[in-house]
Amino acid sequence: MTMMYIEGEDKGKIVLYALSTCVWCKKTKKLLTELSVDFHYVYVDLLEEGEIEKVLDEMKHHNPVCSFPTLVIDDKTCIVGYNEGMREALGK
Amino acid sequence: MKEMIGTGIEELHARLNKEAEESGYHLNPDANHAKDLVRGLLVNEKRYGYRACPCRLATGDEAEDLDIVGPCDYRDQDVEEYGACYCGLYVSESVIESEKSVAPIPERRKPPEERKRREQIPATISPLPLPVWRCRVCGYLCARDGPPGVCPICKAKKERFERFI
Repeated sequence: MTMMYIEGEDKGKIVLYALSTCVWCKKTKKLLTELSVDFHYVYVDLLEEGEIEKVLDEMKHHNPVCSFPTLVIDDKTCIVGYNEGMREALGK
Repeated sequence: MKEMIGTGIEELHARLNKEAEESGYHLNPDANHAKDLVRGLLVNEKRYGYRACPCRLATGDEAEDLDIVGPCDYRDQDVEEYGACYCGLYVSESVIESEKSVAPIPERRKPPEERKRREQIPATISPLPLPVWRCRVCGYLCARDGPPGVCPICKAKKERFERFI
């Protein structure tokens, strides 16, 4: 699976699972960009069918409901939904 | 595809707004937010064949996703409890009055394992002269041989009805 990469300040491994049509995902991506942190993101709805299953399995470890957006920081902190709390989690 | 969707956004937004207002619902007054979602509905209609919620992952199987075809089965409860539906397309009267912006809310839809495919309505023996059908979207009830083609209240399609009694 190819993740898109946005370059910025290194605040650890930040992965955003998003949908290309979701407004809350869009706001989350915008906030991350504004915070100028380094992050990877993937639009799960644009993946091939087999890949979607793989990504959902990966997401389930962090957010069993598999809702979007799901933001995972350093494979341990998970923030579900568009949430200003992510500023704090990213030390911003 | 982008151009076709582009021209459809205003039209669908206007139609959804009219339908909402006529039946006591309200679209998000933040037109950018609402139109972004309308774009998502059109993208989903184009790729899946039905207007699945833009903020949820659709399967491509309409029967599986019937509960998240906009307006979704969870809208009324979410608008009541949180002032807005999951994606924020529909809002409550008080949100309109207070001019508050809508915030994201928790997902009410159950995860796939807990969601059962809609089962066929069993033929039950009822003492009533006619069966009662319930619209899963808005709760409208009617007693007739079969569900109406379109819900007269919220415009949900026939498939969104379940046998209630």
